[in-house]
Amino acid sequence: MYAEQFQKSLKAVEEAREANIAYEPARMTAKEKEDLLAAYHPDYKQDEFEVLQIGPNKGDKVPKELAEMLQAHSRITSGEVDLTNPTYDVDVLIIGGGGAGTSAAIEAHEAGANVMIVTKLRMGDANTMMAEGGIQAADKPNDSPAIHYIDAFGGGHYAAKPELLYKLVNDAPEAIQWLNKLGVEFDKMPDGTMVTTHGGGTSRKRMHACKDYSGAEIMRTLRDEVLNRQIPVVDFTSAIELILDENGKAAGAVLLNMETGDLMVAKAKTVIIATGGAGRMHYQGFPTSNHYGATADGLVLGYRAGAKLLYAETLQYHPTGAAFPEQIFGALVTEKVRSLGAKLVNREGKVFMHPLETRDVSAASIIRECTTRENGVDTGAGLGVWLDTPMIEKIGGEGTIEKRIPAMMRMFGKYGIDIRKEPILVYPTLHYQNGGLDIAQNGMTTQVENLYVAGEAVGGIHGRNRLMGNSLLDIIVFGRNAGQNAAAKAKETTVGALTLSHIDAFDKERAEAGIETDAISPKLLPDYRRSVTELDK
Amino acid sequence: MENMVNIFLFGKKYSVPENLTIMRAMEYAGYQLVRGCGCRNGFCGACATIYRIKGDRELKVCLACQTKVEEGMYIATLPFFPLVKQVFDIEKVKPTDMVMMQLYPEIYACIGCNACTKSCTQGLNVMQYIAYAQRGDFEACAEESFDCVMCGVCSSRCPAGISHPQVAMLARRLNGKYLAPETGHLNDRVKEIKDGTFEELLQNLMQKPIDEMKELYNNREIEK
Ligand SMILES: Cc1cc2nc3c(=O)[nH]c(=O)nc-3n(C[C@H](O)[C@H](O)[C@H](O)COP(=O)(O)OP(=O)(O)OC[C@H]3O[C@@H](n4cnc5c(N)ncnc54)[C@H](O)[C@@H]3O)c2cc1C
Ligand code: FES
Repeated sequence: MYAEQFQKSLKAVEEAREANIAYEPARMTAKEKEDLLAAYHPDYKQDEFEVLQIGPNKGDKVPKELAEMLQAHSRITSGEVDLTNPTYDVDVLIIGGGGAGTSAAIEAHEAGANVMIVTKLRMGDANTMMAEGGIQAADKPNDSPAIHYIDAFGGGHYAAKPELLYKLVNDAPEAIQWLNKLGVEFDKMPDGTMVTTHGGGTSRKRMHACKDYSGAEIMRTLRDEVLNRQIPVVDFTSAIELILDENGKAAGAVLLNMETGDLMVAKAKTVIIATGGAGRMHYQGFPTSNHYGATADGLVLGYRAGAKLLYAETLQYHPTGAAFPEQIFGALVTEKVRSLGAKLVNREGKVFMHPLETRDVSAASIIRECTTRENGVDTGAGLGVWLDTPMIEKIGGEGTIEKRIPAMMRMFGKYGIDIRKEPILVYPTLHYQNGGLDIAQNGMTTQVENLYVAGEAVGGIHGRNRLMGNSLLDIIVFGRNAGQNAAAKAKETTVGALTLSHIDAFDKERAEAGIETDAISPKLLPDYRRSVTELDK
Repeated sequence: MENMVNIFLFGKKYSVPENLTIMRAMEYAGYQLVRGCGCRNGFCGACATIYRIKGDRELKVCLACQTKVEEGMYIATLPFFPLVKQVFDIEKVKPTDMVMMQLYPEIYACIGCNACTKSCTQGLNVMQYIAYAQRGDFEACAEESFDCVMCGVCSSRCPAGISHPQVAMLARRLNGKYLAPETGHLNDRVKEIKDGTFEELLQNLMQKPIDEMKELYNNREIEK
């Protein structure tokens, strides 16, 4: 139930509903999209970015908050840690227990490697667990990996690295098959046909889902498999610095016990960074849909050790974060709500755009509607537009919402909003790190040997924008790929003497560039103490 | 100023704004959370919490990230609960009722008290899904338990020592792998890719100049 202040606008939405369902809004032209993005997308706000003065990407622009972390001091000094007596000594060290890390672990284990996972919170406390909408793969007869390629390449503004995107789309059906064989419960028809829908920017219905717990179903299955294989998992432990060997190859990491503050050393023949995204950096003061540990740590670890970033200046603002009630401000409203037929409607009850434009375009369009066009709804804590969820029941029949998006129904139901009967208020939320560490097709960074990266910490698979459903896909495809290749590489690797001298080199570079900063990194966790909202600080 | 309420974190009193969730209230009070906080949005089950409202006999359970504070709430978090997870080989287990007997025999000691269902933070019918598991009806167990976030609260209340979330996890994997219908079009496509059916097409796309890719993208046909 919405308070009095919303009733007038709500009424307009209800009255227009039948007509709005029938109305098919035009898609924007390429030119319209370009202009819209330049004027309204947060990535284009020049004063929110800073030029890096040191490190492999010197001269490139990244968000201010990220620049501070990338150029910050290490949490340790090179002399502080005894590298001669490691606590762990393994073939493959995986940093991050989300979807990419666990996929990598399973494959490395399958290949016979001695593998371990360290992770900041618990295994599965990760963005992967939160993915609702689904995972793409071109496995229907009217679809093909080539069409998938075109959709993703265009959606990413023609910036994806072709060899990475090739792998993503070509390995996609097998990734789905792999998950299915592990026991992941995809939505299927009685004859086994996958239930698939559109996502923003797709030209075929290729979004596979597990209700709207797609990521949770995948994550808990992968976690169960890691446990079945008895792969060691050291939880509540963060990697805070990579260790190289005397030949400059990745050879382990310094670990921090998050509860006791103890430092440990993990030595490894190959290292995989699978630390996920950066929503908790709250770029430009945006709320986020991400889990608690999403603080771009992997980018910092890699960067300080000499790995290059690609497209770190591009972030994805999901068009539909919850704008109301404030307890769930920023939480994700899955794109599937729009895939199932709900349209975006302004304060006057008018559909102002096609609901399935790509995410960046949709986000910019909502921001325009709420700012220059002044057609947003005042929520008390900010602005938003309506996402008319009752349309779904009218189009798909009664019960569609409960069956297809139960998590959404529950999330709003807890605050007294029945999304089957009432629309919801949305505004863009910081959602996904499009850029990240630059890798070759085998998953290894282009600059640091024996350092692999998988998942959201990678840059270049999607280009400058990612389509819904291609990230769950990339963590599986590139997670497995990194696990296989890191295991094989470990077999032919002998590790030289361990060193942290790259910290000193970086300190020197910072001093020479004249940067004065007290910041230390990686950030590990956001600090929300003594604040009324997550965005107070 | 916001309206404030008094809550008791592990017995200690704090005054916090009434519109905060328990999780945010702990942070407002000055806690830097490490345990008991994962997704912050109801998906991961890290933040299981028990509470009692002063003067009320009933012990309540919830997810701290999903529940608003109330006046007089006595709060204790349950960031870890020792669930029993049995190790199995998914390639070797079979979806018969024997498997439950072997791995989780304690489910047959259920006394039907329904404490699990009453305590479920997701509002699931936990006792019912355990009943389905007992009968070897894994499909029904999987469906009934699907929204489980494995927070472990049900197990903390179970006099028979059942690890309900792990039982359900096994049932879902069995259902997903062995009982759900095979997907013909998926198997066909994987084979086509292995046979190199799309190779030339893809190689071709990878070489194309950006302008041609733009043409292709902007004029692609979109399935209704
Ligand atoms: C709410 C939400 C909905 C989404 N929906 C979809 C969707 O429908 N479809 C889709 O394709 N994608 C979706 N995404 C995106 C997708 O889920 C993520 O991009 C993807 O799961 C990331 O996987 P990952 O393994 O790279 O990272 P994560 O799953 O985040 O795992 C990274 C892990 O590393 C840990 N870690 C971080 N730093 C350190 C450190 N220093 N040391 C040790 N461990 C560390 C983290 O705590 C975490 O456990 C969604 C994302 C969110 C947040
Ligand atoms: S923190 Fe994940 S369910 Fe509450």
